[in-house]
Amino acid sequence: MSQATFRIWRSKPGGENGGFIDYTTEISEGMVVLDAVHKIQAEQAQDLACRWNCKAGKCGSCSAEINGTPRLMCMSRLNSLDLTQPVTVEPMRTFPAIKDLVTDVSWNFRVKKGLKKFAPRKPDAPDGTWRMAQKDVDRVQEFRKCIECFLCQDVCHVLRDHEKHDAFIGPRFLTYTAALEMHPLDTADRLPDLKNQNGIGYCNITKCCTKVCPEHIHITDNAIIPLKERVVDRFYDPVMRLLRVFQG
Amino acid sequence: MQVIPVTAVRRGFGTTSRRDTWWAAPLAVFVGLSAFVVYATWAAFQGAHYTYGPYLSPFYSPEIFGDSPHAWFGPKPAAWPALLPFSPALLILPFPGLFRFTCYYYRGAYYKSFWADPPSCAVGEPRKSYWGEHSFPLILQNAHRFFMWVALVFIALLAYDVWLAMWFPDPATGGTVFGIGIGTLILGVNVVLLACYTWGCHVLRHLVGGRRDDQSQCGMAYACVSGLNGRHQLFAWCSLFSVMSSDLYVRLCSMGILTDLRLF
Repeated sequence: MSQATFRIWRSKPGGENGGFIDYTTEISEGMVVLDAVHKIQAEQAQDLACRWNCKAGKCGSCSAEINGTPRLMCMSRLNSLDLTQPVTVEPMRTFPAIKDLVTDVSWNFRVKKGLKKFAPRKPDAPDGTWRMAQKDVDRVQEFRKCIECFLCQDVCHVLRDHEKHDAFIGPRFLTYTAALEMHPLDTADRLPDLKNQNGIGYCNITKCCTKVCPEHIHITDNAIIPLKERVVDRFYDPVMRLLRVFQG
Repeated sequence: MQVIPVTAVRRGFGTTSRRDTWWAAPLAVFVGLSAFVVYATWAAFQGAHYTYGPYLSPFYSPEIFGDSPHAWFGPKPAAWPALLPFSPALLILPFPGLFRFTCYYYRGAYYKSFWADPPSCAVGEPRKSYWGEHSFPLILQNAHRFFMWVALVFIALLAYDVWLAMWFPDPATGGTVFGIGIGTLILGVNVVLLACYTWGCHVLRHLVGGRRDDQSQCGMAYACVSGLNGRHQLFAWCSLFSVMSSDLYVRLCSMGILTDLRLF
């Protein structure tokens, strides 16, 4: 067994600022950062707060910043990290801290409530079911892989550095909107919302959201840019406007 | 157990806990794009050594007005203002230039490298104010689709140049004879890379099917453009390098520094 040092963010009681504390613990082959945090919690810091659930990269609970990069703790193997120096483990910086590694991500759920819901067309068959080609739903299936870990929201500089939480819904909810807007059964029109209150224009396509997504969803190329182009079609392209006039 | 106090959440230019060489990619983009812009500007203002035999530099194609046999409408118009510098490249380069400038890939890349917005993912920024592409001036990036149409025309014109680059002057007959030279291959590879970049454009992907929800009705076009779009970054750089190399090759041949090798 070898040892590794973890520099973990600990909050002060009642205050938002805290500090890093170094914990040295024994590690073994196959361990991930979450294992190490649990070991430290069990042996050295019983009051260390950490949110987790599945330990399989599917629940999206253990999001944190490991060596400064937003990642899931349960999917960060220790043998992929440089253990010659302390491994920093911090909470997501875009959201308010609750305690230690736990952040308040409820803003995301409030944003989701404000988005237009799925509005399917009338059923195609008398039994109340629909018919659609597999190819038509393939595109939106990618977006449904999202586990809502909110790492994309954490790394997005529009939220992280510029705090545009009131004007921009972030990559997670642009992906969510894409899943609905591109759905072959959906009839709702989300483009005015995307342009105005959802602030899609704030995205400057730096692709950080795509880089940190643990589900490897092509957030920028397959969700955000196609939505941006739909908004351009509707609001910024005079040729398309003219065509719509002729098409009635 | 060692306590390291931190007084506030990090904000400010370049502050990050990242340990990797996060600055390497933005720096490489900065150097690469700067080198291209400097070379392209220098080459565009030269107005000379842009043809060699059947070869025409892609920076100067199409040659609308000019002194070479490739010019569509002959020499520079007499009405051209004397104070205004003239080069055939200056008439056409703004179009592919603006196509690249407004390209979704390049936008993301140069926002990071030239404007540090952000310098890299999860790295602090130098300024607090931010408008993104939500308002003027960056809202004008939405004009990308119009430059894409021009870029598609340029691909056809450059492909025709490759065809012309296969017909070499024949001193014996005074006509032309079919042949392939190193220059033909360089111009050919260049147009293939430019086509892969242009045909993988996000706007083209939107127009050939992305705007529709019924993908099953779009045929193969959407799948093909999506395939190229997945490698848009790769083709963006390869085509940038190839277009610069093509100009350099024609220029060096024209200046007599390089000898064009005829394969047959």
